Amino acid sequence: MIDTETLLRRAERLSESTGLSLTTISRKLLNDGKGLARIKNGGGMTEKTLEQASRRLDELEVAETPRAKGLLSPEAMTHLDRLEAESIHIMREVVAEVENPVMLYSIGKDSAVMLHLALKAFYPSKPPFPLLHVDTTWKFREMIEFRDKLAERLGLELRVWTNQEGVKAGVGPFTHGSAVHTDIMKTQALKQALDHYKFDAAFGGARRDEEKSRAKERIFSFRTADHRWDPKSQRPELWNIYNTRTAPGESIRVFPLSNWTELDIWQYIARENIEIVPLYLAAKRPVVERDGTLIMVDDDRMPIHEGEKVEEKMVRFRTLGCYPLTGAVESEANTLPQIIEEMLLSRSSERQGRVIDHDQSASMEKKKQEGYF
Amino acid sequence: MSDVFKDGDDIHEYLATHEKKDMLRFLTCGSVDDGKSTLIGRLLHDAKSIFDDQLETLGSDSKKFGTQGGEIDFALLVDGLAAEREQGITIDVAYRFFSTEKRKFIVADTPGHEQYTRNMATGASTADLAIILIDARHGVLPQTKRHSFICSLLGIRHVVVAINKMDIVDFREDKFREIEEAYREFAKPLGFKTITCMPLSALKGDNILTKSPNTPWYDGAALLPYLETVDTSRDEEQPFRMPVQWVNRPNLDFRGFAGTVVSGRVAPGDEVVILPSGKRTKVKSIVTREGDLAFADKNRAVTLTLEDEVDASRGDVIAAAAQPAEQAGQLQAKILWMDDEEMLPGRQYILKSNNRMIPAQITDLKHRIDVNTLEHLSGKTLKLNEIGECNLSLTQRLVFDPYSENRAMGSFILIDRLTNHTVGVGMIDYALRRSKNVHWQAVDVNKDSRRKMLGQKSAMLWFTGLSGSGKSTVANLVEKRLHDLGKLTYLLDGDNVRHGLNRDLGFTDADRVENIRRVGEAGKLMVDAGLITLVSFISPFRSERRAVRERMEDGEFIEIFISTPLEVAEQRDVKGLYAKARKGEIKNFTGIDSPYEEPENPDIEIDTSEVAAEKAAEMIVEYLDRNGYLEG
Ligand SMILES: Nc1nc2c(ncn2[C@@H]2O[C@H](COP(=O)(O)OP(=O)(O)OP(=O)(O)O)[C@@H](O)[C@H]2O)c(=O)[nH]1
Ligand SMILES: [Mg+2]
Repeated sequence: MIDTETLLRRAERLSESTGLSLTTISRKLLNDGKGLARIKNGGGMTEKTLEQASRRLDELEVAETPRAKGLLSPEAMTHLDRLEAESIHIMREVVAEVENPVMLYSIGKDSAVMLHLALKAFYPSKPPFPLLHVDTTWKFREMIEFRDKLAERLGLELRVWTNQEGVKAGVGPFTHGSAVHTDIMKTQALKQALDHYKFDAAFGGARRDEEKSRAKERIFSFRTADHRWDPKSQRPELWNIYNTRTAPGESIRVFPLSNWTELDIWQYIARENIEIVPLYLAAKRPVVERDGTLIMVDDDRMPIHEGEKVEEKMVRFRTLGCYPLTGAVESEANTLPQIIEEMLLSRSSERQGRVIDHDQSASMEKKKQEGYF
Repeated sequence: MSDVFKDGDDIHEYLATHEKKDMLRFLTCGSVDDGKSTLIGRLLHDAKSIFDDQLETLGSDSKKFGTQGGEIDFALLVDGLAAEREQGITIDVAYRFFSTEKRKFIVADTPGHEQYTRNMATGASTADLAIILIDARHGVLPQTKRHSFICSLLGIRHVVVAINKMDIVDFREDKFREIEEAYREFAKPLGFKTITCMPLSALKGDNILTKSPNTPWYDGAALLPYLETVDTSRDEEQPFRMPVQWVNRPNLDFRGFAGTVVSGRVAPGDEVVILPSGKRTKVKSIVTREGDLAFADKNRAVTLTLEDEVDASRGDVIAAAAQPAEQAGQLQAKILWMDDEEMLPGRQYILKSNNRMIPAQITDLKHRIDVNTLEHLSGKTLKLNEIGECNLSLTQRLVFDPYSENRAMGSFILIDRLTNHTVGVGMIDYALRRSKNVHWQAVDVNKDSRRKMLGQKSAMLWFTGLSGSGKSTVANLVEKRLHDLGKLTYLLDGDNVRHGLNRDLGFTDADRVENIRRVGEAGKLMVDAGLITLVSFISPFRSERRAVRERMEDGEFIEIFISTPLEVAEQRDVKGLYAKARKGEIKNFTGIDSPYEEPENPDIEIDTSEVAAEKAAEMIVEYLDRNGYLEG
């Protein structure tokens, strides 16, 4: 037969693993909520009571183990758990307070994580907002394929918006340059879509570690009726209490991934087994080297200049955008750990592969003031 | 020390340890130009968190904007806004991330300028530790004190006092000791658990990663090793709380309460209470997409289902039944004011806390706090960046715990109804006794209690004057202004009443008398309900107006005579009524063939041919304010 000390120890362990309070366990073992506490303070009990308590404890241990109940026992919260919880909190807040939210879905890794978090936040409901993809018509074909399959598999409402005036005018990166193309097909298109559907809040996957003006932006970031950001008058944002009130016409950009780093994103993708576009993994792809950047020949709209050669190379992408504006890196990494390894060894930031960020200094802040996400 | 991953290291092992690392959130604060941004730039750089392309940009930026004569200016790594780089100052908080072998860090680099204090508070609200910088040449400045006080107010318990720019004072120990002593003396009442002083040069890197040979007299740790090991955990056990954020109802069979556990632990079978309703039930399950959980701890975002079909909605708090949270409609709190427009006692703001928005007003500013001396000052308002202790009156009860016991349950923000700005933030100290009583023993609900709740003294503003004299115009403007001030009003206008309540009345003298009697009685009920009631009626007979006044209590009837002369009113003739009356098409028209008896002692008299309607409205609101009608 067990002694009182063992009984106490086992009861405490049970309490820890199940979350049942010691009082509850005490009541179940001894018909007295304070019984265990009394023993702990040196109180004794009769052998008969002890025997009965020990039998009940055996039963309780079997019945209450999480496994017996089919329950998951979470470990102490890790850094990723905290980030996850923070993002979920932000998304729920928007859904609770804003009338017509939308999630900007850009098909990249950050969007993949953001969408995954939304599935968690509202489970068992589906995320109560549509996805919006601003299609410049110059995205990698694999991205579009991935997007359509995913939306169908998850049964989510996907809205695709293209600036039709831009299409009519034949705007593209090769003919008009990256700045004009990005402005018309991305920034203006986004504004059109938000105005058209009257979305008053839009989730975006931007992270503060991406770029130095992003590091300054609030999680809830306000835009005037003409979609301008005023970095000089951001609202205070204390604790996790968010002021979501807007005047008519104003809207909010919400960044649930603000506090995630690139490494966090990849680790989370690995941990949660999140599906990503295969372009992130190395494969043989046709590329041309242009101004020191490897550009993939994704379709026949890409003009090949004199002296240029299309080569099959093992490459992958650190970020995804319009194919003519996204530099590939030569790489053999085709598993997640290998990608992470390469990222950790790399001495350049992920945005370096983006042609648009190099156009002018302070370009991101300026673009955002003009309505870029 | 840095956790740079090197070729040949095992990636799986690296990631496994990386994921288990704990995390420290800290901020840098202190007076303008003390070197906060430089310090963070230095830390990021030395912890190898800067990529080559960013370093390259830093080099060229330093030449363009730098304060170091072309040498690397580390502040430019964090001062990311164009305006900041041009002016060489920090305007808004920057959040940066880095990690070492031992820990991960989120740093908030905050501005030193007093003007941007609210951005500093933003960064401080989520931090566990503060690095307060002091320029070794200048010592403790008012802004050092202000920031220290705000850190303490927000509940930060650990501070590092970084006495910076030691290179400029030749690393002299006496300088360091002098400042250390002054700071410790000042900070005594602030209740920090630890204060650690370090002599640094952010610019040159002394005592940042390793101990500097320039300060052999310093026997403490270098900054980064200290940050890697300092223990900021709070060990107080708090009871379970989860404010409901969103009710999840995918179908009729499922009803889940989504929210973030802000303290304690919850498990299936736990007895809980829904506040404020007080209904008790048990937790049935903790639902996640991966499966049900055996328990959930603080900070986890979960969805709970309950055993019974109890009603709970957004803003309700699910709490441990044995230790429920408090609830009150009257609170004492410390408030940090953040708006250019000053805080006005009596004005209605929206208080947001625990997922609830409740109209609230500051009924009393008990005192302001001088951040330099920590003395209490008297005052009527709080200006930008001022801190005060206030009494608040809410139009609904708030479920809360004192901020000192539970940060999440005791914090709130105040939002301006018109501009939507976040104008202030607050930390609840305790409930005022009165409201505890209100909660437990239902008090009589009467005119007084309603007035208190609304924060106004109800009264009837009686606008009398000729047709076309401007009564309705002025009354409308007055109502708008009162509404903007968060006052609850109602306007009874001749036209709207004659279409309903008094539809059966005509314009004979008898009918006019009955008309006024009914309006007076309806208005009286509204005043009893606590409303500031505006009545806009020609009401030509002195005796009827007197009759209404006599049915009200002293001070509840305010007679406003719009004394615009007949000629002017007739000339305006907005509705074309005077013309018709002159032609004899309308009988018994006041001023033409029916008398208007002017008030002998009106409380207010306004002639709109001399005073613009806007100005008139302002005068009336001023009158109300002066005579205490706009306070509860
Ligand atoms: N000699 C010396 N100069 C320093 C040191 N730290 C900072 N500075 C200089 O002090 C000036 C102000 O530095 P910042 O880092 O911008 O100061 P700050 O505290 O961030 O200023 P605000 O954010 O605007 O309040 C710059 O010119 C820095 O190069 C130091 O340790 N020694
Ligand atoms: Mg600075």
